[in-house]
Amino acid sequence: MTLTQSLPHDAALQHVSGTARYVDDIPTPASTLHLAFGLSPVAKGEIRSLDISAVRAAKGVRLVLRAKDLPFANDVSPSAHDEPLLADRFLHYAGQPIFIVVADSHLLARKAAQLAKYEIDEAVPILTIEDALISNSRFESAPRIYSKGTPDTVFPDALHQTNGSLNLGGQEHFYLEGQAALAQPGEYGDIVVHSSTQHPSEIQHKVAEALNLAQHAVKVEVRRMGGGFGGKESQGNALAVACAIAAVQTGQPCKMRYDRDDDFIITGKRHDCRVDYKVGFDQHGRVQALEFTHYFRCGWGQDLSLPVADRAMLHADNAYDLPHVRITSHRLKTNTQSATAFRGFGGPQGMIGIERVMDHIAHFLGLDPTSVRRKNYYPDMSENAEPPATTPYHMPVTDFILGEMTHSLLKSSNYATRKASVAEWNAENSLLKRGIALSPVKFGISFTLTHLNQAGALVQIYTDGSVLINHGGTEMGQGLFQKVAQVASRSLGVTQSTIRASATDTSKVPNTSATAASSGSDLNGMAVLAACEKLKQRLSALVAKQYGCAQEVVLFKDDMVTGPDFKLAWLEVVKSAYENRVSLSATGFYKTPGIEWDRIKGQGRPFLYFAYGVSVTEVVIDVLTGENRILRCDILHDCGSSLNPALDIGQVEGGFVQGAGWLTTEELIWDEKGHLKTHAPSTYKIPACSDRPEIFNVSLWAAPNFQDTIYRSKAVGEPPFMHGISAFLALSDAVSACGPNYPDLQAPATAEEVFFAIKRAKGIKREL
Amino acid sequence: MKISFRLNGVSVSTLAPTGTETLLEYLRQDKGLCGTKEGCNEGDCGACSIILTGENGVPRAMNSCILFLPQIQGRSVRTVEGISGPDGTLHPVQEAMISQHGAQCGFCTPGFITTMAAAHAAGEKDFDTALAGNLCRCTGYAPIVRAAKLAAQGQVPDWMQEGPQPSSQPTSSDLIFCPETSDDLAQWYENNPEATLVAGGTDVGLWVTKQMRNLTPLAFLGHAKDLRQIEDHGQYLRVGATTTITNFMEAIAPLYPSFNAMLSRYGSPQIRNAATIGGNIANGSPIGDGPPALIALGATLILRQGDKRRRMPLEDFFIDYQKQDRLRGEFVEAIELLKDQNRLRCYKLSKRFDQDISAVCGCINISVEGNIIKTVRIAFGGMAATPSRANKTEEILVGKVWGIKTFENAKATLLQDFSPMSDARASALYRSETAQNMLLRYFNELENTPVNILEVRA
Repeated sequence: MTLTQSLPHDAALQHVSGTARYVDDIPTPASTLHLAFGLSPVAKGEIRSLDISAVRAAKGVRLVLRAKDLPFANDVSPSAHDEPLLADRFLHYAGQPIFIVVADSHLLARKAAQLAKYEIDEAVPILTIEDALISNSRFESAPRIYSKGTPDTVFPDALHQTNGSLNLGGQEHFYLEGQAALAQPGEYGDIVVHSSTQHPSEIQHKVAEALNLAQHAVKVEVRRMGGGFGGKESQGNALAVACAIAAVQTGQPCKMRYDRDDDFIITGKRHDCRVDYKVGFDQHGRVQALEFTHYFRCGWGQDLSLPVADRAMLHADNAYDLPHVRITSHRLKTNTQSATAFRGFGGPQGMIGIERVMDHIAHFLGLDPTSVRRKNYYPDMSENAEPPATTPYHMPVTDFILGEMTHSLLKSSNYATRKASVAEWNAENSLLKRGIALSPVKFGISFTLTHLNQAGALVQIYTDGSVLINHGGTEMGQGLFQKVAQVASRSLGVTQSTIRASATDTSKVPNTSATAASSGSDLNGMAVLAACEKLKQRLSALVAKQYGCAQEVVLFKDDMVTGPDFKLAWLEVVKSAYENRVSLSATGFYKTPGIEWDRIKGQGRPFLYFAYGVSVTEVVIDVLTGENRILRCDILHDCGSSLNPALDIGQVEGGFVQGAGWLTTEELIWDEKGHLKTHAPSTYKIPACSDRPEIFNVSLWAAPNFQDTIYRSKAVGEPPFMHGISAFLALSDAVSACGPNYPDLQAPATAEEVFFAIKRAKGIKREL
Repeated sequence: MKISFRLNGVSVSTLAPTGTETLLEYLRQDKGLCGTKEGCNEGDCGACSIILTGENGVPRAMNSCILFLPQIQGRSVRTVEGISGPDGTLHPVQEAMISQHGAQCGFCTPGFITTMAAAHAAGEKDFDTALAGNLCRCTGYAPIVRAAKLAAQGQVPDWMQEGPQPSSQPTSSDLIFCPETSDDLAQWYENNPEATLVAGGTDVGLWVTKQMRNLTPLAFLGHAKDLRQIEDHGQYLRVGATTTITNFMEAIAPLYPSFNAMLSRYGSPQIRNAATIGGNIANGSPIGDGPPALIALGATLILRQGDKRRRMPLEDFFIDYQKQDRLRGEFVEAIELLKDQNRLRCYKLSKRFDQDISAVCGCINISVEGNIIKTVRIAFGGMAATPSRANKTEEILVGKVWGIKTFENAKATLLQDFSPMSDARASALYRSETAQNMLLRYFNELENTPVNILEVRA
């Protein structure tokens, strides 16, 4: 009944009053101990000796643990068992945890962790893409290649050819709540862990392995995270495992949270990478043949790098029908933080590659980039193309709607007039130049590791009529709990206030997938719906029997259960069910249908459907300094039949700003020894309030998902991030107004990068 | 030492044995008031924001993570837990944040609520500036600004009114000293020249939270009223060293609008409410934003040691990186700046527009008689080991014709004045070239050619 309503976040009142609890806010006994890691001072080397006597002797220190002190598995990897919790002998990056300090307070633990004395045989680290290629330092034995058609034979016949290279910086998640975990020892050696994680089941598994416990002896609870963005998919493992081991060894609750600088230095970030391209095209800008080479800098551990780099390949086409294409992907192993999941999961890197190609083609031909884009679009689903166009991985694209959406946004954003007024401005002004650009988003929805596309739920009705729902999804701000509660509210026909979503808990719903891949409401909404439908079946069977009607005609709506000649209050029916010994709790389960994927061959149907969007962004740049501002952004985004428009618009607005941040001010810098130099908000600049576009129009495309998803909605977490690409392209457009050459803008387009791109556009060589 | 203050309307007292216990630690650990969050522990994210009301009764947003307990002696603190009424009635900013969907993950929200409530009480409508010190990673800020606009229509609730200030007599000890006058400070500091002086603590705070240093002996200057006076002497202003940037801005806004506009990008409101003009000078940072502008204005620095005072042009104070012309036991007492200069322009270049440290800060002040350049003062931050004047460039400009050619010819001279370095904020080449371009910007701006991207609208 509350579906499609813009209800506030389920914890909105708690958020604004400061009563929403995060891991570090959970009241704990005074005996709680606090942990900190001692970190590797070098990017690569071998420990000759480690003297921790001063650490042990420091004030308040209770316990110090090194690799050799760990009782069982020394591993916190989410994939390849290649990430020890504590380095044993070999050091793989500057910031790698070497020992754990357990002390009376957070501050004392941090202080003591500084006191270790090392003798290290330092080795020359592999830091850059070039270093890794020279040393053939990589994950997987060879680059992965997906292809379609025969690009090599088509290239020579293409009317025009160009090529280029786009460097893309990484991105720190900068969740406002840093990584945190709290472990409480229980009876029988069991353990309860509170973790700020998107993946409670994995925390459970890693803790169980580290303590040699059965999984049923480890309970992980997550009420909420203060932001995740992919950064809490695998990066929480180390803290949770460290706390669990310390809690068992000391018999006391143990808590760990990273100081912000440690969080930057220890944890993985978005993969930085380079995308090389070679493209053949005709006089209208239609792509005839295209070759991409992706170089992903994965850091020291495999973590989630393979599926991330895969997803980049799966988004190398974005919205464009590419007849002949080859994508080659190198996954390079370097002595830096292990790059990890981050909103979009490789998709943004893949997508900006082809958007760069469209931009480059348009510049080459002197055409409006928007017209080149539209010429290359997949055919809209309304065209019923036969046979359907296929992606470079041979999946038919049958739900494409960007033709229509683009038409609509061009109109609502007044694109043509503004494009002309930008040109006029640029003709009149030499020191300030404006730029405008459109970019589309087509994002594949489903985990590419097919078996992850499953979810469970537990729904319980109590005798006062109140409903408690639990599912495997975690709440990190995206409003999942509210959306799922809205699903239950509609299914059971009861008001929202009757329903409470409880903290995610591995002891209630087992074997869950990470809340990731934008799949939270798709999967968990369906699982909760399945459980609610089971309960409705039981209740309607009872009522039908009591009132002598067919079960199918019993309706649940507005807190009433009605039939042809009766109208019962929800509470009355619940009580009656209890008295008639009808079970009032049910589990639900869902698995995404119709997907299969061979990631080695690069063939299949990895996604159930695509989520779409299109944006137009306008910027201004200062020719004298490269400083820039986003003036206006218009976005039209496809959420299918939105479960909650306000929450969805929130994802779109936030996604755009985060995506624009990645491509503008957010710059990660490592020095020549592999130390991250931008390890705090003083030097790493995420967008601030005034960086959002002053004019910011976001609307939702109102059409139901053609796939049978939860109430025909579409996933929304990641796709809007990639609207930020239009800001980057608008900057490139503004720079283009400064001179005749292609600006070859690199990311992040900091003021400094824009400044030097202006010189490239003017044809002035960079000198020092 | 014993600290007494008012917390959410209730008088409390506590002990601060080292003097460097932070308000944030106290709130979260001692009082269990966990609404106030630690996001960065260095005053850059605003998740720890609280409202501090001093004896002037003006509520100001501050970062509690780098606010030491002795700094709040005798003042009133309001945390997110004290923003709603005693009966739970929500403040207009809280209601608006719910109705406008201004919170997603919620972790930054308490800091936003307190900052917004402080802005609301002040009738502030420039929300980009008011909220520049609060980072949000989820919402993209749009719904937060919508909420701030909506809440601006609501009344300031009665419960936000702070009661009379509790006794503000700080109890000093030998190692933690809270002078009530500059004379007290002068005497004590002469006897304790190794001491750390804390004014706003926005820099010293990080020595504690990040470097985990022990700072005793310590003096907290915030209780010495005469050190934070701004006196108008007709021809010039005398600005006490512990005048906050916020108060300084109010005083100079009518005189030097460009300086004021640049300072509105100095840190954040929370930082400007704590940081002091004297601290910005005394810490000798090569990238502080105050000194270049003050040097370009020809400000005079007044140093004091015991009863002795020295006066010097501000630029002479900065000798080399982390080295100033300051004697043992000598402290910055005030600056004096003339009121009659009106062609000062200040250009701050940073990676992010708001709340960032300058890569280059260029301040240019050129007077013209007829068509001829008469006087020139140009000072830069971020271009050398100290804030410095561009002496050679100044010389070259004096006496030349006021025209673009003059500036185009002169800009290369800047490279004789400065050879900047590369760091995480900018490369040497970028610093050199943009610093030169600031000269061109200056000319263009004074000739009314559009140069300011902030003035462009879609």
